[in-house]
Amino acid sequence: MIYALIPLLPFAAFLILGLAGWRIKDRAHLVAVPAVALSWVLSVVAFIEVALGSVISVPLYTWLTSGPLDIHIGLSVDRLTAVMLLLVTTVSGLVHIYTIGYMHGEPGYARFFSYIALFTFSMLMLVLADNLLQLFIFWEAVGLCSYLLIGHWYERPSACSAATKAFIVNRIGDFGFLLGLFLAWASFGSLTYLDIFAQAHQSANETLNLLAPLGGHWEVSVVTLVCLLLFTGAVGKSAQVPLHVWLPDAMEGPTPISALIHAATMVTAGVFMVARLAPLYNLSPTAMSVVAIVGGLTMVLGATIAVTQTDIKRVVAYSTVSQLGYMMMACGLGAYAAGIYHLLTHGAFKALLFLGCGSVIIALHHEQDMRHMGGLKENLPVTYWTFVVGSLALAGFPLTAGFFSKDDLLVSTWSAGPLGQILTIFGLLTAMLTAFYSFRLVFVTFWGPSHVDPHHAGHVQEPSKTMTVPLIILAVLSVITGYLGIPGFLEPVFATGSDTGSDHSGGTAGIMMTATLMGLLGIAGAYYLYVIRPGLPDQLIRTWQALYQGSLHKWYVDEAYDRTVVRPTFAMADELWTKIDVRIIDGAVNGVARAIAWGGWLLRLVQSGQTQHYALGMALGAVVFLTVLLIF
Amino acid sequence: MTVPMSYYLTLSAIVFLTGLVGVLIRRNIIIILLSVELMLNATNINFVAFSQYFHNVAGQVFVFFALTVAAAEVAVGLAIIIALHRAKSTINVDEFSLLKW
Repeated sequence: MIYALIPLLPFAAFLILGLAGWRIKDRAHLVAVPAVALSWVLSVVAFIEVALGSVISVPLYTWLTSGPLDIHIGLSVDRLTAVMLLLVTTVSGLVHIYTIGYMHGEPGYARFFSYIALFTFSMLMLVLADNLLQLFIFWEAVGLCSYLLIGHWYERPSACSAATKAFIVNRIGDFGFLLGLFLAWASFGSLTYLDIFAQAHQSANETLNLLAPLGGHWEVSVVTLVCLLLFTGAVGKSAQVPLHVWLPDAMEGPTPISALIHAATMVTAGVFMVARLAPLYNLSPTAMSVVAIVGGLTMVLGATIAVTQTDIKRVVAYSTVSQLGYMMMACGLGAYAAGIYHLLTHGAFKALLFLGCGSVIIALHHEQDMRHMGGLKENLPVTYWTFVVGSLALAGFPLTAGFFSKDDLLVSTWSAGPLGQILTIFGLLTAMLTAFYSFRLVFVTFWGPSHVDPHHAGHVQEPSKTMTVPLIILAVLSVITGYLGIPGFLEPVFATGSDTGSDHSGGTAGIMMTATLMGLLGIAGAYYLYVIRPGLPDQLIRTWQALYQGSLHKWYVDEAYDRTVVRPTFAMADELWTKIDVRIIDGAVNGVARAIAWGGWLLRLVQSGQTQHYALGMALGAVVFLTVLLIF
Repeated sequence: MTVPMSYYLTLSAIVFLTGLVGVLIRRNIIIILLSVELMLNATNINFVAFSQYFHNVAGQVFVFFALTVAAAEVAVGLAIIIALHRAKSTINVDEFSLLKW
């Protein structure tokens, strides 16, 4: 029961800071940080208890029961949830501490802490959910917090648009999720995970006729449909293609939230959901293939865009998109443990990279363009070294956590059939690109001659301890999470009893060596292009102009959406507004008013003021009355 | 040879209608008042006729009441006419049309 405090402490912090923040102002961290820290401690305790064998289950309350519908809020901790709890509380705690330095002196200080506390609460409730509806409620809640936090500096129009874009794109995915939820309830009779899993086994062969309303015939497996619909929610939340467009724009928000929400926690909710519903997805190979292919596409797309971006946060953002693609691909190929393992290590090193970017940004007075950086490794030693550790982990350099998790992932996907092998090849190529753009970022930002604005060049210095200590902690985590035996720990959650899993045949060593080789090639390539022959990138850009422009403009996806979705929607809204709303609806309402006024204008003519007219009226009335009386 | 009741009723009707039309048509307020009196007296003829032909004196008693009321009404009516004349120096009823749209 005490475990209910894990999410409730941050919620209490949110309430206190939300209501009384204006009083506390610069001391807001004194409320938020202890709350998250205590949550972390309790998460560790929960983890230990779960590791020792038991599953924790805390039913909180029943929201409503209506016939067969039973909606309740409860907490359930198994091994998967336990590691997610640790991830969320650890990264959230470190981000809270980092924020003390990053947002120091800002007017919205308390408001920021209240929102990240709310976010932490929502994310914790999401991973602790034991039924789909609770998952969805807090799924939406984290989306809301993302909106609030991206738009934290709300006086900036670009921030407001980015926040709106994030929320709307998420919502599109959530529409599919909701449909999946309805279908799940209609088909399986319950929204609780355990009930769904049990029921789905029995309904594995049931189909639904999709064209029934049109009198046609197209039978689709119910389980596949549910999985695909729920996956569309994950596509939105975890920034998979085609709903990835909100994540890079989300960089408008302060860097701590880029680290927390858009690297380690919220975007991982989609991957978490697929892993959570693994028994359901395992019943539908079609859905799993779709998940894997979408993941693969995303993985490639993110990496191919990241190589040309010049805003350091955008590079890391597209990197996140790409890595999320890796995780989703792994889950789609049945390697759920590997996917979650990568999710956890990625949470550490990606948060580190974002916070490192934040450190650079603050040191250079909010400069984000890497072409105005360079030569920072002497001025910002701690930031530099932790950033290198994070980049090594991202590139999968041997002995880092990223190495172990990426290798485990690629080995698992290789042994997942022909689709798995094709996607693994793409994964290996992308690994090279990943290493390349990570170290491109390192070399351009920290090495070489300084292109820093002369105004600031004089006083570039390491930021405060509250910002550097989290960096160091995350750097340590980026290494040691590889040695904690996470995949083995998670294996029981996803054990299906059939033959999938670590089918490590002879390909294992080969894949590991190829992946490492790809990583080293990428680093070497970046070194060559940005340290040895600095003029070469520009030459390459000139030669491959079309590819470069395509990559730089994010493959024109946003422009395509603008043409096909945004402008037609605005045009339709305009039409509806001018033709229907103004003319018909307002016309009807105003018309009724005008008709009544016209009737009144006519009737007033009766009041002539001439007494004899009134007398005539009386006389006529008497005649009519008498006539009626006499006849009837 | 008695006069049939219908003759008296017809007479009464004619007088009443004359009075009614006078009220509705004439512009002089005093003539309007006169016409109202005509209407009242028409009803008096009616009452007396009924009283004679149904051998019931109640009709004639009612005439007393009606005449008394008519007299009082004339007094009040003339007072109002004088007040109106003082206000607007006219007795053309068409002029008194303030209570209009």
